[in-house]
Amino acid sequence: MIEDEDIDLLLNDLFDLYGYDFTSYSRASLQRRIERLCMLDKFPSFAELRYRVRNDPEYLKRFVEEITVNVTEMFRDPSFYKSLRDDILPVLGTKPFIRIWHAGCSTGEEVYSMAILLKEANLLRKSLLYATDLNPTVLEKVRKGIFPLTQMKQYSESYIASGGTRDFSSYYTANYGQAKFDSELSEKIIISTHNLVSDSSFNEFDLILCRNVLIYFDKKLQDRVLQLFDASLGTLSYLALGTKETLKFSVVQNKFKQLNREKIWKKIE
Amino acid sequence: MEENRITPHCELLLIGGSAGSLEVLFKLLPLLKADLPFPVVLVLHRRNSGDSSLTELLASKSSLFTSEVEDKDPILAGNIYLAPADYHLLIENDRSFSLDYSEKINYSRPSIDVTFESAANIYGCSVVAALLSGANEDGTRGLMAIQKAGGRTVAQLPATAQMPFMPQHAITSDAAGLVLDIPGMAHFFNTLE
Ligand SMILES: C[S@@+](CC[C@H](N)C(=O)[O-])C[C@H]1O[C@@H](n2cnc3c(N)ncnc32)[C@H](O)[C@@H]1O
Repeated sequence: MIEDEDIDLLLNDLFDLYGYDFTSYSRASLQRRIERLCMLDKFPSFAELRYRVRNDPEYLKRFVEEITVNVTEMFRDPSFYKSLRDDILPVLGTKPFIRIWHAGCSTGEEVYSMAILLKEANLLRKSLLYATDLNPTVLEKVRKGIFPLTQMKQYSESYIASGGTRDFSSYYTANYGQAKFDSELSEKIIISTHNLVSDSSFNEFDLILCRNVLIYFDKKLQDRVLQLFDASLGTLSYLALGTKETLKFSVVQNKFKQLNREKIWKKIE
Repeated sequence: MEENRITPHCELLLIGGSAGSLEVLFKLLPLLKADLPFPVVLVLHRRNSGDSSLTELLASKSSLFTSEVEDKDPILAGNIYLAPADYHLLIENDRSFSLDYSEKINYSRPSIDVTFESAANIYGCSVVAALLSGANEDGTRGLMAIQKAGGRTVAQLPATAQMPFMPQHAITSDAAGLVLDIPGMAHFFNTLE
């Protein structure tokens, strides 16, 4: 088992040497991820891992990739997407132009799902989807828009459960076990690294989705990020979080009103 | 020696279960006393989300306040907490929950091992953990971590389990300090202090 003090040392190194600040991340998850990485990469001790991180900038990339959790899906939580379809897009559709920010988008499955919703609502043409993450490697995958073909059966089921009525396979071309999504979708996606811990607001949005990212942050950092979102939302705009995340007890809770059972809030002031 | 007779205080009761464990909980929860002086955390393998009615169903069987965990909820005595579907449930230093959407462990998310190990880290010898019916190996490693930290472990008597594999696996691995049937578990939990 890795001690809390060891984790402190490592986190200080990361900040001092590379400017990455993980000190306000949930400790329990960090500890598991670091222990897992020690096992995967067969470090005989924590000291060896720390030495490698300090002295090998190439390895740092892998370290950041592995201690953050990048698991994601298309149309995860179909009822959430159904609510976007039925309750949110009709409102956003009244605007001349729609800007959406996926903060912590990982490999982009969520962004492509959103692009499909917009296309089906005839809104894709006037929309832009900003896909950001702290991890450059996952963003490469967003750019390519290629996902494993083996997942498509499940994604297709979730798509239908979200109210989709088309043939899901019409959105991609299958090739060598991969599904490449249409460039009509990817053309509307703007990709950039953005670190929610240290970077500031970069635009005004009509909808921000930040799902299953805040669970990795402590309360203080959650508040900071929520304030960043608040500052990045215009009038008549929405904020969407993961199914087990909440604005309750946060510093911005009075500025938002939850719409329904889904984790979607409308900005009210 | 005097110390040997001191049993650690219980500050957290964990119950893990898979296939066949709901029926056990439906019988066990009504037997728990209304003023349990510690929190109870349930980690159950369940089919993907959607089934939020499970919380209500479990709540209807117990006089203790029962809820599905949301991120950063504090862990309070006298409450029953259910791990949400499709997340691992972790415990933080300040005795609050945090959720984690990382890879499945033992084909499961939530994984019983993950929560049990995390609880052992934070609560050490003051954890009591029980493993119920199931057809999976999940839970055994977690029980071992709890034993190592000085906590106490229970496996459901396999003969009383719809799916004996999971508790049996724990017993065979020497991870179960006690082996109890449902009334036995209820009595044991109610007398923990
Ligand atoms: C579990 S994924 C969530 C993916 C998707 N939103 C979903 O719900 O399926 C979490 C993502 O948050 C990213 N992340 C973690 N810390 C971050 C930070 N400080 N700034 C931006 N992104 C971060 C990780 O790199 C990872 O891709």
